[in-house]
Amino acid sequence: MSAGHAPGVYAGGADVIAVLILLAEFGMLRQALARDQVRLYAAQSGLISALAVIVGAVRGLPELYLLAGLSAALKIMVIPLVLRRLLRAGRVGADLAGPDGDIARSGGMSLASTVLVATAVAAAGFFAASHFTVGGAAAPPAALSLSVSVVLVAFILMIHRRDVLSQAIGLFSLENAISLAALVIAASLPLVLEAALLFDLLVAVIVFGLLIRIHHGRAESLSTTDLTSLRG
Amino acid sequence: MLIAVIALLAVPAAAAAGSLWLPPRAAALASAASGISCLALAAGLVPAAVRGGLAGPGPLRLDALSVIFLLATAFGYACAAAYSVGYLSTAGGHGLARPGRQHWYWAGLNLFACSMLAAPLMGNLALMWVAVEVTTIVSALLVALEGTAAAAEAAWKYVLLASSGLAIALLGTMFAYYAGARALGPGYDLAFAPLLHASAHLPATAARLAFVLAVLGYGTKVGLVPVHTWLPDAHSEAPSPVSALLSGSLLAVSFYAILRFFQIAQGALGPRFPRDVLLAFGVASLLLAALYLLDQRDVKRMLAYSSVEHMGILAVGTGFGAPVALAGVLLHVLAHAAAKGNAFLGAGVLARAFGTKRIPSLRGALDALPWSGPMFLLALGALGALPPFGMFRSEFEIVAGGFESGATAAAALLVVLLTLAFLGLSAAGTALLPPGTSGAARGAPDRAAPGRPGAARARMANGAAGASAGPEPALSRGEPSAWMVVPVLAGLVVLLVLGVHPPAELQGLLSRAVDLLRGAA
Repeated sequence: MSAGHAPGVYAGGADVIAVLILLAEFGMLRQALARDQVRLYAAQSGLISALAVIVGAVRGLPELYLLAGLSAALKIMVIPLVLRRLLRAGRVGADLAGPDGDIARSGGMSLASTVLVATAVAAAGFFAASHFTVGGAAAPPAALSLSVSVVLVAFILMIHRRDVLSQAIGLFSLENAISLAALVIAASLPLVLEAALLFDLLVAVIVFGLLIRIHHGRAESLSTTDLTSLRG
Repeated sequence: MLIAVIALLAVPAAAAAGSLWLPPRAAALASAASGISCLALAAGLVPAAVRGGLAGPGPLRLDALSVIFLLATAFGYACAAAYSVGYLSTAGGHGLARPGRQHWYWAGLNLFACSMLAAPLMGNLALMWVAVEVTTIVSALLVALEGTAAAAEAAWKYVLLASSGLAIALLGTMFAYYAGARALGPGYDLAFAPLLHASAHLPATAARLAFVLAVLGYGTKVGLVPVHTWLPDAHSEAPSPVSALLSGSLLAVSFYAILRFFQIAQGALGPRFPRDVLLAFGVASLLLAALYLLDQRDVKRMLAYSSVEHMGILAVGTGFGAPVALAGVLLHVLAHAAAKGNAFLGAGVLARAFGTKRIPSLRGALDALPWSGPMFLLALGALGALPPFGMFRSEFEIVAGGFESGATAAAALLVVLLTLAFLGLSAAGTALLPPGTSGAARGAPDRAAPGRPGAARARMANGAAGASAGPEPALSRGEPSAWMVVPVLAGLVVLLVLGVHPPAELQGLLSRAVDLLRGAA
């Protein structure tokens, strides 16, 4: 909140979108159906693209429109499509009842405690990050701190869930959180580099799909609870 | 020189593409040739780097520091590719040697090497990140390629943890961009050279965040404690030549990324803060790895924890910051690439011959494998920093640098932990000796370890038959393939040269890179 007065439309709007992104992350954390988790991921990615358009308009960076388009095509269309395919191919496993993929019981802790832990961690991240005087006058004041919260909740999601799909979604939404931070502090990063990062995400998705398939083929389930032979 | 830089990326890329449609045997030989020519190309870049390096074309950039890591990577690549020729031809149609798998193995190996060679050549922090991320993706698939349940588990953990780590490193890169754009204007594109040049004017908080996030993020790939947990799994379950590359080259390349951020942080914040961060991570890694080394039953897991230990040594040495310690760190990168690559390749022969990775079951290896057995033992000795091998020299320099820089307590702790790790390695080494050693046991190896050497013999007879079907001759007394012996021998020779008398060109390269790391060049 620079100079002590209320944020403008741009900063306020950006902060609202950042809050919505955090809420979507919490939604994924508590979601019982894998299908809905994928939908939430797509929605979160849509919010990122919207934020990119807003930042591009306000700060006069037209290449962000192109980036928003690329990112939307990849994260709203391609990735959810790939994930849904996998879900259908994975069909029924011991822990995946029903065609939609019921993953309610894949958590390591009870849902309530997980959400409590995630809330505490997100709050800690938010307040810790707001101590950093990074961001500058042009950046929305709370968005960077919120992106740190999203990063932390994404980690909780990956730690808490024991099905490979949720873990993969946790990683992809972690990437969304990084995108949020990047829009705040590095919006003018040259397009070619942003495109390289997106391309890299695409390759990562393909590899994740491949590994999920291998894992499913071997273990007949999408759970990671049997991935315990390597320790010590 | 420019042509050599481009060829360094083009040759393995071409070998990767060619592997997809060449017949397996031709793909194998093309990959081995590609590995050896990359090593020659990297060595050819040394004089240019000593003279001050070069910039361009495009984002490519070369200085003494990058050439050291190129050498480590190219050497590992050459050894692993040549070794793989024998490794696949003696696999007898299982795992990797299954029809259809070999193409993917060779393409993946070459692409993996290509991405590892690309990372030190990138003069742009974002493209360096992309190169490191590509190494993760390709190597995760290589880890899974063996097709066992354990390999699938290791690959999943690896890709999930390493990608999460790299996401943090990307956040660090973004902060570096933010800091750079503050100092250099909005047109800044994350190029490394201008950022380093302007490092004194970077905003301190952003520079601090960038460095810590980069250490944590790339540290996941380096295997620094506490973000090392994927490492023992992936390194132990990957095919042995891939383990050698993962450990000898990939960890070093990730450490290279940390060193680049170290240079920037040092310019922006002064030496104290970045050194302390690396010292903390390094000591934690050494401590945990040394304890795990003491009681390790799986030979490849043991080597993996030894990698955590050696990466800890690199971090501690950089944290000391004295010139002699930094020279030791850079020499250690080269010596570790040779020694750890060697040890994994040797362990691959042992595991192949005995059909197990359990150390107690490998008793009698010295008798059954006349070359690989003793060479593996020598590689363990080299990893434990026994003279006259290169690691003795590098660790000696690092410890000396620690005392010189006044970090007496940390240097003393380093010596204690190194000794502890040596104890673990030598315990494993003695387990390989036949009981009672010499005389009686050598006369009757079957009695020395009931059952196992017999099985080993049978397996090696198969291996020898498979090998003699190809053009390479099988060694006498049961070595599976000459292709699996020569690279290890080459590694030992390199270790000996590094330890006894490093060539003058290399000394020049090291001192030039030390100047870069100290910000004095």
